[in-house]
Order: sequence, then structure tokens, then C-alpha cells
Amino acid sequence: MVKTLAALILATFTLQAQAESLTVISFGGTNKDAQDKAFYKPFTAAGLGTIESGEYNGEMARIRAMVETGQIGWDVVELETPELQRGCEEGLFEQLDWSKLGNKTDFIPAAVSECGAGIFVWSTVLTYDASKLKKGPANWADFWNVKEFPGKRALRKSAKYTMEIALMADGVKREDVYKVLATPAGVDRAFKKLDQLKPNIQWWESGAQPLQWLVSGDVVMSSAYNGRIGAAQDEGHNFKIVWDNAIYDLDNWAIVKGSKHKALAEKFIAFANKAENQKVFAENIPYGPTNITTSKLLDPARLSKLPTAPDNLATSVQVNSDFWLEHGEDLEQRFNAWAAR
Amino acid sequence: MSQNTVMDPPPGIAPPAASPGLQQRLREVDGAKTRRSLLLIAPLLIFVVVCFLFPIVSILSKSVENPEFHDNLPQTSAALAEWSGSALPDEALYATLGKELIAARERGQIATVAKRLSYENSSFRRLITTAPRLIPASGTGVKPAMIAGQPAWGELSTWQTLKRVSSPVTSYYLLSVFDRKIDAASGDIQALPADQALYVNVLLRTLWMATVVTLLCVGIGYPLAYWLAKQPANRANLLMILVLLPFWTSLIVRTASWIVLLQSGGLINRALLGMGIIDHPLTLVFNRIGVFISMTHILLPFIVLPLYAVMKGISPSYVRAAISLGAHPFLAFWRVYVPQTYAGIAAGALLVFMMAIGYYVTPALLGGPNDQMVSYFVAFFTNSTMNWGMAAALGSQLLIIVLLLYIVYVRVTRTSAEAAAH
Repeated sequence: MVKTLAALILATFTLQAQAESLTVISFGGTNKDAQDKAFYKPFTAAGLGTIESGEYNGEMARIRAMVETGQIGWDVVELETPELQRGCEEGLFEQLDWSKLGNKTDFIPAAVSECGAGIFVWSTVLTYDASKLKKGPANWADFWNVKEFPGKRALRKSAKYTMEIALMADGVKREDVYKVLATPAGVDRAFKKLDQLKPNIQWWESGAQPLQWLVSGDVVMSSAYNGRIGAAQDEGHNFKIVWDNAIYDLDNWAIVKGSKHKALAEKFIAFANKAENQKVFAENIPYGPTNITTSKLLDPARLSKLPTAPDNLATSVQVNSDFWLEHGEDLEQRFNAWAAR
Repeated sequence: MSQNTVMDPPPGIAPPAASPGLQQRLREVDGAKTRRSLLLIAPLLIFVVVCFLFPIVSILSKSVENPEFHDNLPQTSAALAEWSGSALPDEALYATLGKELIAARERGQIATVAKRLSYENSSFRRLITTAPRLIPASGTGVKPAMIAGQPAWGELSTWQTLKRVSSPVTSYYLLSVFDRKIDAASGDIQALPADQALYVNVLLRTLWMATVVTLLCVGIGYPLAYWLAKQPANRANLLMILVLLPFWTSLIVRTASWIVLLQSGGLINRALLGMGIIDHPLTLVFNRIGVFISMTHILLPFIVLPLYAVMKGISPSYVRAAISLGAHPFLAFWRVYVPQTYAGIAAGALLVFMMAIGYYVTPALLGGPNDQMVSYFVAFFTNSTMNWGMAAALGSQLLIIVLLLYIVYVRVTRTSAEAAAH
């Protein structure tokens, strides 16, 4: 009896050891569906290992608790750049060995960092419903033009993106935005510009809100994530995207410090970053691939809808996560105080 | 009989000398009883302590804890405690700081220290993270090297801030939630400039919004409960279901349905437009009106139920008697009926107020940025910026104010009860 029990326990352990599975946590929704098609299923199909996929909302508290207690349940996580940098500084992620992840020169420079490997590029853009607005806005300055385009407009309820947009609407060139914003005078200038539009702004917090409001007619134009707009366009809505002075950022893969499946995790990241797999992802959701060679594989019509299409990228500005790491808390506090007045 | 015989104890009653033994036995019996009842409620007591008191106290203590600098740079903290604070520290303190910062960086803890210091002044983040690079490998001449690399290291106020941050407890978070800050140079408590002050406003707004919602709930709930109490039992039960049905629906569902109803293309606006009452849609949502409508709707059952219970117990003969004695029906209602419902109003209003004060989802979804209450900022600090000290301080602030209000409430109701008794 005892022997059979012991054998059984031993068998379970060996079974577990044989089928090594990797826990990959990403943001949910259509994003995860596309990842499932592009990365998880092909990885398993190629016989490299099984993927245990999960989702989260970017709560760093969870990862910190895992690392601090040594109970590492997650292996690979998807992160936005500021969280990646903060976590990397605080020692929550493994240092990446790029020789195992692919050819560094195949990627856009922002995708290669100490703790993270870029997955895709997403963009905050100006959008409007073309079926309701025949002649739409052409840039952020038009966003402020309430005479020609009367009605409410929506912006994300945070200092991040809002300050950049205000400065660009005020005529600051996109390459100078962070230079201006780093000075107290620049911050005052952004708030002064925002003062002009304040009564006409409706603030959104989740990515789905601005598109719902455009459909219901609550707002005439909004800032929004380009992937969400793409999904709405696929549903038949006539949303137009203004790529001029769009603000882009990356989502990254990172390996949680102390992961028991580090080697497999590296194999997974290398696999997901291959051009042919990023191509499938970009076909399912309009986010830009970080692997430069992917563009050659993509249909030109699809490519033009991505933030990384050369025409779109040339008129976009990258979020400066160093700037937000240093000034984020101050500016958010001031923004909250300003918005509450 | 002489006086003496009366004073003698009657036969059969134990002399006074024996009474301690009796008292002791009594105490033993009492003690056993107490122990037994304690044993009975022990699981409950342990549950309350473990699941309720302990987490609350440990969270609240975060609002004064200050371990980031103290734990990671222990020698520097000890040296700073000795330092007078009137002149720049000597080479030894610079060297200790440099050595411990390098050690902290190797442990991956330097970001924690930098983050804590950046609360005092955002320029500290860079100052701390770049410091290890300035320190010469030889370990000598640290002071001139650091000052040459970053002039801020040669400023007295930098070191005074370090000294303040190095203590294991801090008043920083609790001062912050009252928009106060310790000035780096003078060490005095001063108010934040107007464009940064926020939390006093948020607190006043929270209290104000909760007050308005409570008044609306009393205003609507009182006649509703009165009407319900007057209905025959069958119909009252049926109507009660109408009050309770939304009460059983999820909070988020109810809030989201208010968005659907109130938005500019929503049911209410379209109906008003269709009837020709208004020309263009009213803005009913993403402002305070929307928050008030929805919160009042959600909290209404909490006042209707206690009021209904109190009103059911009031005999109609009092009001009838008052009227038969010649009082105007309204006067009879006001002077005879209403005072009897005071307990119900007080209980219901207090319940509504205390729940309203902690509301999060409804203002977050239906309000604009100037309708956010304290709990919004608690969530903001907990999830977005991971500044748990601020979240705990805001929580403590709310808790203290609610406790004060409760004490006032108990005082007021007790005095009115005493006044009624006399």
C-alpha cells in the first residue's frame, strides 16, 4: 500500500518534470487572443513546450510579492516600458542574454533593453467618427479648435500623454516635447494650454471608453489606442486615425526574477520575436512588430495601419519613459490638483 | 431586649469572618463562567483579531513607517542621527553613504531609496541613482568627488532632507494628506502651494458629496417609507420588493446602467428631446449630477429599510389623538409622528453617510476629475504608483474623521435621549 502510494507520488513528480510548462502572463482581451494565435499555439505545435497563459492588469504589486516571497508562479510577463524600467531597477526581472533571443540588429532600438524584449509597438492617436464629422481634425491643434469642431473631446485622465498632447497642440515640435516639458516653464505652458480646453474635455480611463463615446455621440473626437480603433474599424465603424504627432510606446516581455523555467522562457521569447510569428500577431491586431524584418512579410494594406509603418513612425514621438520615471509622480499630483479645480 | 442583642448576628448566618471565603468562592464561580464564555466566543474573537484588527492596524501603520532609507543604509542613518545638521557633514559620512549606496545598488535596493527620497523632491531620484558612479574606487576623497559630480551634494538642505528621511518613522504621509510639507531648509511645517494642494479639497468634497447624498436619501426615503408603512401588508411587501430588487443587483451593473440612461444619446435625454421639453441634450453624466443621481439610487434602500421598520412600530392612534384634540393634521404629523421616527432617521442617515463617504466605483465611472472622492486616490496610490504610505495615510484620515463623526453622533443621540427621558 505504502509502496504503491510512494510510486504514485514519484510518478506524478516525474510527469510534472517531463511536461515542463511555461506560465506566460499578458494583458487580456483581443490582445491575448492575438498572442494565443501568433505565439502560444505555434510554440506548443512546434513541440518546444506547453504554455500556461494568464492575464493581468499590469499590477506590479503582485510580481513584487512573488519575488520577495520566492514563490515564483509566473515566468514571462508582458509589461509597458515604465513598469519594465522600474521593475528592472528594483531587481524584479532577470537580466536578458540577447545572444539567446535573436539578432539585436533585427529589432527597432527601443525593443532591446537590459530586462525586456519588445513585443509590439502601440500608439496613442487622435481619432474621430468620419460618418459624423465630414471634415475631420488634421492635428492636435484642431483638437483645441472648438469653433470649427464644436462639442466635447476625450483625453486620458492622466498627466502622461495629456501634457505631451497639450504642448504639441501649442506648436512645440514633437522632437522638442520632452525638452520643453522638463522645464517648469514648459509644464506651466502645457497647463495653460489645457486650461483653454478644460470645459470641453471628457476624461477617459479605460481604453474602450473613448470609442463607446464616439459611437454614442458624447464626444466628437478623442485620443485612443490605435489597436482599439483597429478592432472597432473591423466591426464596421468608420473611425479615422490622425497619425500626425501620435505618441507611441512598447510592450515588452520580461522574465520574472527566480523563474524556474528560465531557459524555456528565453526559448519562448526568441520564438515569439521571430518575424513570421510577429506577422501573425500584427495580422490579428493592428499593433506594430518590433522585428524590422516582419514588415517585408506583411501585406502593404495591413502595414499602413500599423504604428510602425514608415509613414506613421516618421510623424510619431516615442514616450520618454525616463522622463516619466523621474517626473511622473510630481506631474500626476499637479495634474490631479489641476483637474479637480 | 437590650440594644446589644439586636446588634448580635442572628443565629444561622455566618459571622463576618467567614465572608471572604464566600466572596472568593463567588469570584471563582464568576471567573469560571467568564472563562467558559470567553472560550465560547474565542473563535469569533480570534477571527476578528486575525481578519479584521490585524490587517487594519498593519495597513494604517504604513502611514508612519519609513523603512526605505533606514533599513537599506543603516550606518548612514546612525551617523545622520549624530550629525548636528548645522554644517556639511565630514568626509567620513560621505564615505559611509557612498559605500552603502553601492551596496544597495548591488542588492537592487537603490531604486527603493531613490523613490522614497523623490517624494521629498523629484530631483532626488537622479541624485541618488547617479551617486554610486561619482564615488572614487579608492574610497578616499569621496566628499569632493560627489560635490564635483553633483553640486546638490554640497548643499546643506540635501543633507537635512536625508537626515529627516533616515528616521524609522515619518510624518511625511500624514502631513501630505493635509497638504502640508516640512520645508527642507527651515524644518518648519508649511502649506503646499495652491497648484499642488489637493487632498484637503478632496476630503471636503467627499464630506460634502456624502452630505448631499444623505440629504437626498432622507428627502426621498422618508415619504417613501411612510407611504410603504401605510399600505396594507400584501401591497407593502410587493412594493418592498421594488425597493429591494435594485439592492440585490450588482453595484457595477447599476452604475453602468445609469451611464446608459443618462448619456447625451441616452434614454432620458432622448425622451426629453422627443417631448420637446429641451432643445439640446442635457449633460447628466460625467459630472456631479450623474454621481448624485446614481449614489442616491444605490443608497436609498439603506434608509428606507430602517425607517420602514421604525414606522411600522408606531401606533396610528397617537396622531389620531392629536387631531381629535384639535391639531392641524400637518402639525400633528410634525409634532407627534416625526419625533417618533428620529431614531430611524438617525440610524439610516448615519448608515448612508458612512457608506457614501467611502464610495469609489460610482464617482469613478460617472464623475469627472473634480468628482473623485478620497477612495479614488487610495486606489490610485495602491495600484498605480505603489506609494502605499500615501494610500494608508488617506485611509487613516478617512477613518479618523468617521470615528469623530460617530462620537459626535453618539453624544447627540444620547443627549436627545436624556432630554426625552426628563
